[in-house]
Amino acid sequence: MKNDIILAGVGGQGILSIAAAIGMASVNSNLHIKQAEVHGMSQRGGDVQSHLRISDQPIASDLIPAGKTDLIISVEPMEGLRYLPFLAPNGWLVTNTTPFNNIPDYPETDALMGEIKKVKNHVAIDADTIAKEAGSSRASNIVMLGAASLFLDIPFEKIEEGIKQLFGRKGEEIVELNLKALRAGREFSEKNKS
Amino acid sequence: MNKQLLLGDEAIAQGAIDGGLSGIYAYPGTPSTEIMEYIQGSKQAAELNIHRKWSANEKTAMEAAIGMSYAGKRAMVCFKHVGLNVAADAFINASITGVNGGLVVVSADDPSMHSSQNEQDSRFYAKFAMIPILEPSNQQEAYDMTYHAFELSEKLNVPVLLRITTRLAHSRADVQRKETKKQNGIKLPSNPRQFVLLPAIAKKNYKGLLQQQPAMEEESNKSTFNTFINGKNTDMGIITTGIAYNYLMENYPDRNCPYPVVKISQYPIPRKMVTELYNSCKSLLIIEEGYPIVEDAMKGFMNIGKPIHGRLDGTLPRDGELNPNIVAKALGLSFTEGQPVPDVVKNRPPSLCQGCSHRDVYADLNEAMKDYGTGRVLADIGCYTLGALPPFNAINSCVDMGASITMAKGAADAGLVPAVAVIGDSTFTHSGMTGLLDAVIENTPITIIISDNSTTGMTGGQDSSATGKIVQICQGIGVKPEHIRVITPLKKNHEDNVKVMKEELAYNGVSVIIPQRECIQTAARRKKMEKKQ
Repeated sequence: MKNDIILAGVGGQGILSIAAAIGMASVNSNLHIKQAEVHGMSQRGGDVQSHLRISDQPIASDLIPAGKTDLIISVEPMEGLRYLPFLAPNGWLVTNTTPFNNIPDYPETDALMGEIKKVKNHVAIDADTIAKEAGSSRASNIVMLGAASLFLDIPFEKIEEGIKQLFGRKGEEIVELNLKALRAGREFSEKNKS
Repeated sequence: MNKQLLLGDEAIAQGAIDGGLSGIYAYPGTPSTEIMEYIQGSKQAAELNIHRKWSANEKTAMEAAIGMSYAGKRAMVCFKHVGLNVAADAFINASITGVNGGLVVVSADDPSMHSSQNEQDSRFYAKFAMIPILEPSNQQEAYDMTYHAFELSEKLNVPVLLRITTRLAHSRADVQRKETKKQNGIKLPSNPRQFVLLPAIAKKNYKGLLQQQPAMEEESNKSTFNTFINGKNTDMGIITTGIAYNYLMENYPDRNCPYPVVKISQYPIPRKMVTELYNSCKSLLIIEEGYPIVEDAMKGFMNIGKPIHGRLDGTLPRDGELNPNIVAKALGLSFTEGQPVPDVVKNRPPSLCQGCSHRDVYADLNEAMKDYGTGRVLADIGCYTLGALPPFNAINSCVDMGASITMAKGAADAGLVPAVAVIGDSTFTHSGMTGLLDAVIENTPITIIISDNSTTGMTGGQDSSATGKIVQICQGIGVKPEHIRVITPLKKNHEDNVKVMKEELAYNGVSVIIPQRECIQTAARRKKMEKKQ
């Protein structure tokens, strides 16, 4: 198996927490992994991305070739579109619909949604609202992970395990909240994939 | 031991700890910063009592590492590529002194300039210093090479350069560790004059370095980090360096490249392997991440041999980072791109954080400068360089660490009065202080703003050597106390701060304004830590 994933967002939005959870689940599943991150200047509110590659075979490049990405996970609606040249013809775009607006010419929501709907396989999810319902808006990235998990070749239990490992130190309550957020995201994708 | 998921930087750090490291010296710089940070956070490093504090700049770091090597212990020094420029004097001469304890220099290059002013290739420096280079292609090699590098350094009696690039530094993969080696004890050099580079001794040492060159080449020829991979199609032979190998292999999903390949990860260039490839193939393609150094060497000035392709003849782009698609094109392979980026997607450049003190400094400065017009603010390297972008458009230069003060001085010498320097606290102690001394000696009419957020912000908030010391440093260098003005950059103080700036701009001599307010990122982290305790 092979899953090539691009995580997209804005510096400070915490896309690396999603990568860490998938990474943990992959290691627990004895899979090979490579994950390229952006550190430095762009982290100051610029666009950031992470290439995350999982495979049962050794992985060569840290970067995913154009047109080969199986899954783009975007924690805000504009950033996922930036990486469409990387998306495979049958790849999935899973995107949060809550904008992160820190530039003067940020596009209208309708225009963004129009472009997202043009992508053949997409899930558009209001992760912030679902996270709030699960107990904390801070869990929106975990909602996104849950929504994206449907398109990963990793057993869902392994991802739950990863969450437990990641948040274990913060106490039972935080673990439960994040598991709830994860499942809510997954459920949304099951109902709304189009 | 279990496999660990490590960044390239972290793999280097762990490899050094396990390789018998006694001290790491560094100045923060993307993409090298995480090496020191990993060792600072490592329980194992604490138990082993490994020295692991940030240095004031790359030169002081390099020199301290040479000192630790002199005392017989294994030392590592880390910086970004341009940091090696700062450390170059010590670095070059360390190859003449030779080492006592193993000495490893890590320089992290940034092709495509993701976070840098240039994309210089550190391998040139190693050639200049005539020392070996290790250039890992993956995280496991980064670990293994660092682990092995100290012994190589001790064996060849020279520092070893470990060269990485951004992509490896900031990419994670699983790494298998080895047993931890014991640190060296204190042991003075057997020749007490080894490190005394008086001309007579330096000449002798230099001849020794020259005589060591064949031994270095022999190490490369037999190194397991260099490999000759057979291929049936000898129309073309391929040489890759460092992570370029991965981009080549990505294009052959079953890892079955039809062409013979020499994968170089240790230098000097392994002459035997490369000669064999050249002799057995009709042409060569050289794929390297960085400058066309191997390609240039293979072609030679006359370029009269077999066709050699790469960055110099346009087969690969002359600049920028490689990726699987660029390499596919060079191999004549086709690939499909996904959909184009929709027009609705806008650029999102980095910007100063909301609430950042530099924002207030620029709001104040722009107001104070209104009477003088634009084009007079020479700035420096740090988060505040983002003041060049809208909405501030406040600064007119960013050249190298510390250049704000000295450039302002030169501009004032030319008659551009007043000239203003904007520099951060960490950059000031990195290499602004000596320039301030130049200005003080002539009482040059410049106004220096040391925007003090008490951290090294751009690289993620490392300790700043300047914290709590700037006023005393300026006094000690000789700035008149009445022209050292400390202000608090907050919106509510805007009018007062503009007034202070205007007063100092009108003064016909050196003045220093120090807007002091902690970085909001550092402050948030500190408060979180305090809450935990």
